[in-house]
Amino acid sequence: MALSADEEREIQGEAANYPTRSALCIDAMKIVQRHRGWVSDEALRDIAGYLDMSVDELDGIATFYNLIFRKPVGRHVIMVCDSVSCWIMGAERLTQAIASRLGVAAGGTTPDERFTLLPIVCLGACDHAPVLMVDDDLHHDVDPAAVDRLLDRYP
Amino acid sequence: MVETPLTRNMRADGEAPDLKAYEKAGGYQSMRRALGMAPADITNLVKQSNLRGRGGAGFPTGQKWSFVPMGSDAPHPKYLVCNADEMEPGTFKDRLLLEGDPHQLIEGMIIAAHAIQADVAYIFVRGEYVLAAARLRAAIHEAYDAHYLGKRIAGTDQTLDLHVHVSAGRYMCGEETGLLNALEGKRANPRAKPPYPQVSGLWGKPTIVQNVETLCNLPCIVERGADWFKGLSRTKNGGTKLYGASGKVRRPGLWELPMGATMREILEEHAGGMQDGVTFRGALPGGASTDFVTADHLDVPMDFDELEKVGSRLGTGTMIIMDDRTCPVGMCWNLEHFFAQESCGWCTPCWSGLRFAARTLRAMEEGHGAPGDLEALEHQAWFCAPGNTFCALAPGAVEPLQSALKYFRTDFERHITEHRCPWT
Repeated sequence: MALSADEEREIQGEAANYPTRSALCIDAMKIVQRHRGWVSDEALRDIAGYLDMSVDELDGIATFYNLIFRKPVGRHVIMVCDSVSCWIMGAERLTQAIASRLGVAAGGTTPDERFTLLPIVCLGACDHAPVLMVDDDLHHDVDPAAVDRLLDRYP
Repeated sequence: MVETPLTRNMRADGEAPDLKAYEKAGGYQSMRRALGMAPADITNLVKQSNLRGRGGAGFPTGQKWSFVPMGSDAPHPKYLVCNADEMEPGTFKDRLLLEGDPHQLIEGMIIAAHAIQADVAYIFVRGEYVLAAARLRAAIHEAYDAHYLGKRIAGTDQTLDLHVHVSAGRYMCGEETGLLNALEGKRANPRAKPPYPQVSGLWGKPTIVQNVETLCNLPCIVERGADWFKGLSRTKNGGTKLYGASGKVRRPGLWELPMGATMREILEEHAGGMQDGVTFRGALPGGASTDFVTADHLDVPMDFDELEKVGSRLGTGTMIIMDDRTCPVGMCWNLEHFFAQESCGWCTPCWSGLRFAARTLRAMEEGHGAPGDLEALEHQAWFCAPGNTFCALAPGAVEPLQSALKYFRTDFERHITEHRCPWT
């Protein structure tokens, strides 16, 4: 397999922003991840080939960044802030509530592949702690008791 | 009346002013004025204003610019980078500026770009700031359409292309040279200095990196002048500051106040004091990588110089409040766990020392502390001190730890002698 026409077009759309081709690699991985859900070994080979980089070099970059997924994730990714302000405001209880509701530990994906639960560093909304993100949505002042209703919005 | 230049255009409904609304409020007039000035005059103006970098280190902005090679022999392209990788735990101020008034940042960037004669600019924004990135892109699009970006801005000789780079996420990207590596499509390891980025930065070319809040101050400095800007402050550091408070206070939030507002004023008047049932024990005044202060320090003006006198730093100016129901050991474990996880692994004191510190704190919190642990932690704090590491991550990481060991030592000792956390 190679990059799809859409993936290639979107990556090319970022090319004018950078003077070198390898500088595109982080954008390229994010684009491919948006299409395929995660960055598989095959996806890495596709991107590395397209950008004239070695697969190992690209993997070293992929594994450095928090938001590049080198394992499959569910349809929705829940990222619960575990940094200090949210910790003070009860992030551990919140994470436990979600983990027990989903039946997975942090880092896990539900068997129906609906949710992946991940810890995340400070989300920069500390005045509304505890906070979490589901996909691109930020949720403020999350009440552990109201987690069910929140997750129902992500079928 | 207290002036609030950074937040003056912020709307109650949280929507960002579009180009038309921004211009109606006087926006892009400072850009026009700055483009008519000689670059050196802008740098001098910023020097006179006493504007210091708002990303945490507080380096004088105009002085930083003066290191950039200028004139016809200077290497090009030169780069201007806005550091919008707000990942310091407890910090949420740049989000407000990015989401609430993106044109103010763009105007500030055009002014800075003209001062250093930059050709290309980037806004490096963290991946989780989805709304901020969308609003920046929309505003940049409007600015290009209005010929405020691109070739021959507003009919002058200044050309500037501005791109948004959305990060794939890592605390290290907020470090100046780590950010440059990330923009080049590499791991965000720090670079050795010298050469400094002002001379050899992005792709080896002269580069200035500034925090969002720093750049947002530029339009009002050009509009109203250096003396007015200095007059906004209660101390020698110029301007206003976005101060914040999080933790168990009644009204956590952000407020634009004169530089030098005291912690007591922010905590009591703006944050409404502590929540019922808890009392104040200490605070990290400017994000996770600043030393604790205690109730004895509440009347210290929050600026770069005054907080240093009591052994801490202004940092990002967003306070994390620790109350009496929060365990200092648990809090330090949370902080060191964060820093150990986010260490890029480039130098030994950081990757090894912080991991050791986090492990020791965890053991202590879980009832497995041992005599000698406190001395070992103090040794790690020394091991990670400035000068022993490549970048500022580890020295910052041990600031809350070393100060907690000083101010809350009895609590640490109780964890060891009682073999449990007294808070659970």
